[in-house]
Amino acid sequence: MRTRVVIAGYGMAGARLAEEIRRRDPAGERVAIVAIGDEPHPPYNRVLLSNVLAGAMSAESVRLQEEGWAVAHGVEVRRGREVVSIDRDGRRVSLDDGTLVGYDVLVLATGARAWVPPVEGLIGDDGELAPGVATFRTLDDCAAIAAGARGGVRVAVLGGGLLGLEAARGLAARGNAVTVVHPRAHLMERQLDHGAGQVLAQVLRGLGVRVLLNSRAARYLPGDGLKLDDGRLVEADLVVVAAGVRPQTAQAWVAGLDVEGGVLVDDDLRTSDPFIHAIGDCARHPGTVPGLVQPAWEQAAALAALLTGTRSPYRGTKVVTRLKASGVDLAALGDVHAAPDDPCAEVLWLSEPSRGRYAKLVVRDERVAGAIALGVPDAAAAITQFYDRGLPVPPDRLALLLGRAMPYGEGAASDGGNPAGLPGTSVVCRCNAVSKDTLVAAWRSGARDLTALASATRATTGCGTCTDQVCGIARWLAQSEKAQAAGTAHAPS
Amino acid sequence: MSAATSTRPADATVGAVDTHCPYCALQCGMTLSRAGRASVRVRPRDPSAGGLCQKGWAAAALLGSPARLTTPLVRDGGALRPASWDEAAGLVARRIKEITADRGPDAVAVFGGGGLTNEKAYLLGKFARVALGTSQVDYNGRFCMSSAAAAAHRAFGLDRGLPFPLTDLEGADAVLLAGANPAETMPPFLSHLRRAMDAGGLIVVDPRRTPTAERAALHLAPVPGTDLALALGIFHAAVADGRLDHGFVGDRTTGFDEAWRVAAAWWPERVERVTGVAAADQRRAAAILAEAASAYVLTARGTEQHSTGVDTVGAWINLALALGLPGRRGSGWGCLTGQGNGQGGREHGQKADQLPGYRRIDDPAARAHVAGVWGVEPSALPGPGRSAFELLDALGTPDGPSALLVFASNPVVSAPHSARVAERLAALDLLVVADIVLSETARAADVVLPITQWAEEDGTLTNLEGRVLLRRRALAPPPGVRTDLEVLHDLAVRLGQPPERFPADPETVFTELRAASEGGPADYSGVTWDRLRAGERLHWPVPAGPEFRRPGHQGTPRLFLDRFAHPDGRARFAAVDHKGPAEPPDEEFPLYAITGRVLQHYQSGAQTRRVEELRAAVPEAYVEVHPDTAQRAGLRDGAAAAVVGRRGRVLATVRCVPSMRPDVVFLPFHFPGAQRANLVTNPALDPVSRMPEFKVCAVRLSPAGEREAQ
Repeated sequence: MRTRVVIAGYGMAGARLAEEIRRRDPAGERVAIVAIGDEPHPPYNRVLLSNVLAGAMSAESVRLQEEGWAVAHGVEVRRGREVVSIDRDGRRVSLDDGTLVGYDVLVLATGARAWVPPVEGLIGDDGELAPGVATFRTLDDCAAIAAGARGGVRVAVLGGGLLGLEAARGLAARGNAVTVVHPRAHLMERQLDHGAGQVLAQVLRGLGVRVLLNSRAARYLPGDGLKLDDGRLVEADLVVVAAGVRPQTAQAWVAGLDVEGGVLVDDDLRTSDPFIHAIGDCARHPGTVPGLVQPAWEQAAALAALLTGTRSPYRGTKVVTRLKASGVDLAALGDVHAAPDDPCAEVLWLSEPSRGRYAKLVVRDERVAGAIALGVPDAAAAITQFYDRGLPVPPDRLALLLGRAMPYGEGAASDGGNPAGLPGTSVVCRCNAVSKDTLVAAWRSGARDLTALASATRATTGCGTCTDQVCGIARWLAQSEKAQAAGTAHAPS
Repeated sequence: MSAATSTRPADATVGAVDTHCPYCALQCGMTLSRAGRASVRVRPRDPSAGGLCQKGWAAAALLGSPARLTTPLVRDGGALRPASWDEAAGLVARRIKEITADRGPDAVAVFGGGGLTNEKAYLLGKFARVALGTSQVDYNGRFCMSSAAAAAHRAFGLDRGLPFPLTDLEGADAVLLAGANPAETMPPFLSHLRRAMDAGGLIVVDPRRTPTAERAALHLAPVPGTDLALALGIFHAAVADGRLDHGFVGDRTTGFDEAWRVAAAWWPERVERVTGVAAADQRRAAAILAEAASAYVLTARGTEQHSTGVDTVGAWINLALALGLPGRRGSGWGCLTGQGNGQGGREHGQKADQLPGYRRIDDPAARAHVAGVWGVEPSALPGPGRSAFELLDALGTPDGPSALLVFASNPVVSAPHSARVAERLAALDLLVVADIVLSETARAADVVLPITQWAEEDGTLTNLEGRVLLRRRALAPPPGVRTDLEVLHDLAVRLGQPPERFPADPETVFTELRAASEGGPADYSGVTWDRLRAGERLHWPVPAGPEFRRPGHQGTPRLFLDRFAHPDGRARFAAVDHKGPAEPPDEEFPLYAITGRVLQHYQSGAQTRRVEELRAAVPEAYVEVHPDTAQRAGLRDGAAAAVVGRRGRVLATVRCVPSMRPDVVFLPFHFPGAQRANLVTNPALDPVSRMPEFKVCAVRLSPAGEREAQ
């Protein structure tokens, strides 16, 4: 008897769940799948929308699945349909076209919707966004923004969080004059401390994005732009609203499931109804922060395992925030707000606003507890590894904070510059393991040029890339000898 | 002082002889000449094309080494004792007949090597299929090239290590080396990369900061076992940043959409989290390759020796295809072959699934052609047999072979999970090993047969660029030593084969190989020894003209310029996804162990450990480890450490190296006994190539003296 799984929502979480189930049950012997997606498009990768907005990728290239994937894998997809209510007792859902779909297991993967702040004029009398206003959440939003942002028009982006900044950067790259209007004292305040937010604003300004902090929009004036509450006017032909998202939980709430900022789930992604699960942006698991794809995909894998007969509890995801905006390299993770004088943590930080760099590392119990890496990509990569795996951090915290900037004393052996400072035992010709000492001894025995040195020591007879260095040593020895003859220098030792 | 010498006299009739180095697939040209009255001098033949590394310079030292075997040995009352050839070969033939009569032809197995000449590899495969009638033949090249070969077949329809001449690399502005450390494994190769190095275009992918990585403008150090994700990330970056070669992809490839669908889910920031390689560096790698006028992507063992090796190479090929590199002059994808004849060795029939000419053994037309050349019925040829590790793993089991003949290989040191391999060898009824020295595998043998070395024999090898080279005899072998061809001839005759079916003269064997390879993917029919003697540079395929005796084809230096070798002429993207290593670290074994080579030693070290100059330079196993990791394990630089994994423990001296990733230890694999790196390596196999996962397993580090907790 196959389990009939109905997936409400066919976006990044829902489509991933279908794939993960089919990976474990390729022929559909254990699980039948019906997926209900409200968007008219096949599922696509929301993470890449900023690339679409910037014009680097087509809508086609961000699709998650091949044309015909669902049919080939026995997944029944109802596209352009939405679940409007859940009959928990009858174990069926009703769709917006009136049809009823029965389930053994229902999975809510309804995601989140863009939130539009109560600014006068943004929403028209018909309840829709006013002309010249767009949210930034879906592929259709992208198309609307791209259509409205043609020809270098002025754009105001409402909200200086992750999504708003990615939209702003993408639009600036298309040649639009972009202003970010942010109500708080610094950008991305959830993920960044004040210092990092300040440096980030500066980096964005350098990329041609105007950033207004502590600024609240009061009114949208079509054709003019955004009027702020202090009376200033931000001139804009297009307003992109990126003020946050709200999880889609209405049907769950109406059906009496426990909802608190999302449908509450346990480690089996189970809601308060044992036959209903929830994953992705509409779900709330105590071990993760919503809004990112990584938890959604891990939840999909864990739930697919459970539904195909192998329990694999989901314990939460360590969240690493990465801003995807070209020319800006920013990672933030964990507790970033610890103050330098925090008695329970080691806090290192470094701010170099002139080059757009800011790095902060918070260490507790020898583990990375939080970090910000702006403009230090190597540090971001390394710190993330320590954070994700809970590895003890190196004793040299500064090296970790700076990434590739810390030298390990390399380069001397490949530096053809001054051979005097090279230790005698350092290998000059690696192919033939010839040290500086060996070359000096050969030179003293009469091998005075490259050919003679090569014949005496085999140096340069492998790949030959040490030729310059061997010549340098010969020159240095000759000069030292000359100087010594003139009585002005010490012989090389 | 520069010339390594041998104390045995050169052939009285021979002056200076042009031949090639006995070691890696670069096959550097060397000239051997008499030095004084009784020794051989080595000189690089063409220093402008790369000289010689320390191994090459010292190669002659082994010719007159006291470690050299000069008489057959037979096990007698537990110990090996000298025996005559007649006794030894007679014993082998008699036991083979008994075992075959008792348990069938598949009870006798053959294990070959990538160091064998084309003639030997060919005759060994024929010996197995015809004289023994066994399907159980494979070789150590399975541990070397098989993943790259399978991926190249899948992508291009044909596998030749470098599908272009080596010297083309000299024009490259950008070269990405994935899992390659040529500064140590084939040092003169670097001379071809000077332009790329000077242009800031060398990109090296290696978890370790190797001597090669030190020369790179961009060193990407992924978590071991995550190369596939890294390749997907660079592919993704190339597409996202508008660097896709739409024209090339549209005109000359298929399968882009499916491959992109997978890579689209691996945006650089996600890849960074899995690989530890900064997203910015992934984008920079894509930019360096895409912006170069001449760019190459080259893979080697570090990225290939994984249980996902074929897919990983496929991901690197995807990157090359996306950028429009393969099949064009001045750019491409290639694989750096490892062993001296790793290329030719896989083409001429010592592989479990193949017949000469790089033909498939399950292809009826191929069987008919080869059977015709051999003068046997196609139905008499056995089918495909077990792959290398599966073969070794089955030895002495109820369903497996109970006799094994080993040529040019030392699996006790070089195979993964080597304790298991040693145990399987011990369970055999008959182990025969042909070698030049008493290798670790030979020590376990019932019969040991002493054979000639490179400077004592003629033959051909095919180097990393698919070019056929002539190895020339410079001096007479010591009395009592035979060539592998003579050994095979003798055994075949004793097993009842007509003598002319197994010629001992290499040029005669080559003539037969030409006919057997004719019309196959690796077609040598137009190659003759006379052409090679005359100095022609012939890259296969070299089809013979209508008159077989008068070949005129000039060879194929560059493959795929007009079309790829699939029927539709197009290259294929592979829709490959990242899986990760078969044995990830956990609380009990928290570190990744990776393995590799050092400059002074070659493969299992059976030869180089017996050359004093090389042994003195690197006398024993060591483990490279980050100083912090060593300290946490209670170890200092120079201390004796145990590297402990699920399958065993390796003893090695600690080398603290600050550039190591703190979660990785590195072990060179050239050393015997308790220092064998392969005591811990994982025999998880790639599903397609059957390549073991040499390059990553989980271990912990502890002081050597400490008793292990159970």
